[in-house]
Amino acid sequence: MSFNSSDIGAFQDIWVFCEQREGKLMNTDLELVSEGRKLADERGSKLIGILLGHNVEGIAKELGGYGADKVIVCDDPALEVYTTDAYTKVLCDVAMEEKPEIILIGATNIGRDLGPRCAARLRTGLTADCTHLDIDMNKYVEFLTESSTLDVANTTFKMEDMNLKMTRPAFGGHLMATIICPRFRPCMSTVRPGVMKKGEYSQEKADACEIQMYPVSISPEDLKTKVTDVVKETKKLVDLIGAEIVVSVGRGISKNVEEGIGLAEQLADAFGNAVVGGSRAVIDSGWLPADHQVGQTGKTVHPRIYVALGISGAIQHKAGMQDSELIIAVNKDETAPIFDCADYGIAGDLFKVVPMMIEAIKAENANK
Amino acid sequence: MRIYVCVKQVPDTSGKVAVNPDGTLNRASMAAIVNPDDMAAMEQALILKDNTGCQVTVVTMGPPPAEGMLRELMAMGADDAVLISAREFGGSDTFATSQIIAAAITNLGLNAEDMIFCGRQAIDGDTAQVGPQIAEKLDIPQVTYASTITKVDNQVVVKRMLEDGYMMVEVETPCLVTCVKEKELVPRYMTLNGINDCYAKPFTLLDYEALKDEPLIELDTIGLKGSPTNIFKSFTPPQKGAGIMLEGADKDTVADLVKRLSDRHAI
Ligand SMILES: Cc1cc2nc3c(=O)[nH]c(=O)nc-3n(C[C@H](O)[C@H](O)[C@H](O)COP(=O)(O)OP(=O)(O)OC[C@H]3O[C@@H](n4cnc5c(N)ncnc54)[C@H](O)[C@@H]3O)c2cc1C
Ligand SMILES: Nc1ncnc2c1ncn2[C@@H]1O[C@H](COP(=O)(O)O)[C@@H](O)[C@H]1O
Repeated sequence: MSFNSSDIGAFQDIWVFCEQREGKLMNTDLELVSEGRKLADERGSKLIGILLGHNVEGIAKELGGYGADKVIVCDDPALEVYTTDAYTKVLCDVAMEEKPEIILIGATNIGRDLGPRCAARLRTGLTADCTHLDIDMNKYVEFLTESSTLDVANTTFKMEDMNLKMTRPAFGGHLMATIICPRFRPCMSTVRPGVMKKGEYSQEKADACEIQMYPVSISPEDLKTKVTDVVKETKKLVDLIGAEIVVSVGRGISKNVEEGIGLAEQLADAFGNAVVGGSRAVIDSGWLPADHQVGQTGKTVHPRIYVALGISGAIQHKAGMQDSELIIAVNKDETAPIFDCADYGIAGDLFKVVPMMIEAIKAENANK
Repeated sequence: MRIYVCVKQVPDTSGKVAVNPDGTLNRASMAAIVNPDDMAAMEQALILKDNTGCQVTVVTMGPPPAEGMLRELMAMGADDAVLISAREFGGSDTFATSQIIAAAITNLGLNAEDMIFCGRQAIDGDTAQVGPQIAEKLDIPQVTYASTITKVDNQVVVKRMLEDGYMMVEVETPCLVTCVKEKELVPRYMTLNGINDCYAKPFTLLDYEALKDEPLIELDTIGLKGSPTNIFKSFTPPQKGAGIMLEGADKDTVADLVKRLSDRHAI
């Protein structure tokens, strides 16, 4: 087997690593396949899902419904539960054989374990936790025009450049950087969950999707780590990323934490279809569990409505919510930076304002 | 038994950050701190040292002023420190950085019962890639996102955090573990004795000359030339324009808000 990552002409197709846990696809898989479809169309190449697990063939077709032309399935008992060793071996072996041009991986706790190890083994570059991807330079220039303060009109771009342009936040969201990997293939990227939009599902496409069972070889010597237990925290998981409306609380509730969270929950109920999130200060204080955190090191959300109650609006918090369609902020400090990104701001005490909001929304709903 | 702790000095991004007109970061305007997750790695190593009496070596790659940080970590309890620093190493991405650190650890010696601890990720780049890539290049197993680490003989048990729970992982030394900052894991302070002793503790500088014969070190595997990824553009995101401040914080204000939401068909 000859594999040379600098022979870039030998690589083709876009791959999405499709992570499964307990035999179920992750939401990120569907987001990434949808995004990968767009990129494959820009590149004029095929989109291929690669799915590792045990007895997972049955869930592969669904990936076709979101745009995969084909899914490579690697089935082995050693792949049932994620281990770095087994997954790296199989993903790298198949990639060395099939030579994909691009590999996208969800930036989950598993993807960010697997990605760097594979990139090192394949001797190629990896860009972490991307929030925006382009191949077509026209699209990239469009993106810069909208999303940067650069003087795009007076910059020259090589329009024929077909490298994957991977954009991500750096320095806690203060800067954005676009990274390329021009000299090596595959070009690899982990992609932040919740950022790419899941496309429409098509049953027809799912039915048409080709499934390729790929033989793998894993020997006991390959496995140096052993997972003895996988524990799900019993607490109810919040689906912040998929939520239509998010009501988040910050340290502004500290005066009466229980009441503050109670008010957020009641407001969420009044909206209906809403979930409660929090700033890192709230998570660090133990007032809400970690999976409620919005922001740079928490979740990225873009709900229809985001309500920030007693949140100052640190850049790391904004990084996770500023793309919400409509932002409402309540903060007693009228100079709080959260107001800089809010569509509607109310300078006032949340303990007084929120009960009035709950009442007003209930009244409005009753009128409909 | 020896634990190498890889630490990085990073600009403190939690405060105000100044950006130069060309879209690069004005580092001079920011304080330099030890990367927070690396402090967790350091504390995990010192806990193991308390229990087993092992040796703790702090390793950093960076410009010479990083020596100050290494002295502080020795004052906290590390036994010795290694600074990897050379012009040839500048401009490295995670691939090249891990290549150099792996070469340095090979040079220092990695024995059967040794471990390497890293932070989960550094707050400047937030990549979380250097740890796993060091492990791959040394051909040793890795466990990332560790919240607790226990060791009996050569058997290490790690609690590895997942988004929705955790897994227990068993691994043998030598291995690499990346550590997450946890509320319960409070880094200890420097001690008075530690501060007195830290200038007498062994301090090693590994420059290009010292490492150039390591098989991992080639001109096309280190520095800017050895980095597969390049920055194509860097820029500041535009601030989303501020909207409307609704005056007052009374019933009328709230009614106004709800009317606007309703007019926009948001509710
Ligand atoms: C590397 C890194 C990553 C980070 N990641 C995240 C992240 O993912 N998510 C995140 O949120 N943060 C993150 N942070 C932390 C972030 O910098 C801020 O510290 C945090 O967001 C502050 O939370 P807060 O707004 O709730 O608290 P504070 O900044 O303390 O703000 C509290 C606000 O409440 C207001 N207030 C007080 N009482 C009331 C009242 N009665 N009514 C109304 N308003 C009131 C105050 O005026 C103040 O503006 C990160 C930091 C770093 C360094
Ligand atoms: N220059 C460096 N010197 C020493 N350790 C580093 C360096 N860069 C990264 N690391 C280690 O690798 C971890 C992950 O860094 P990063 O991949 O940059 O997010 C850090 O928490 C450190 O433990």
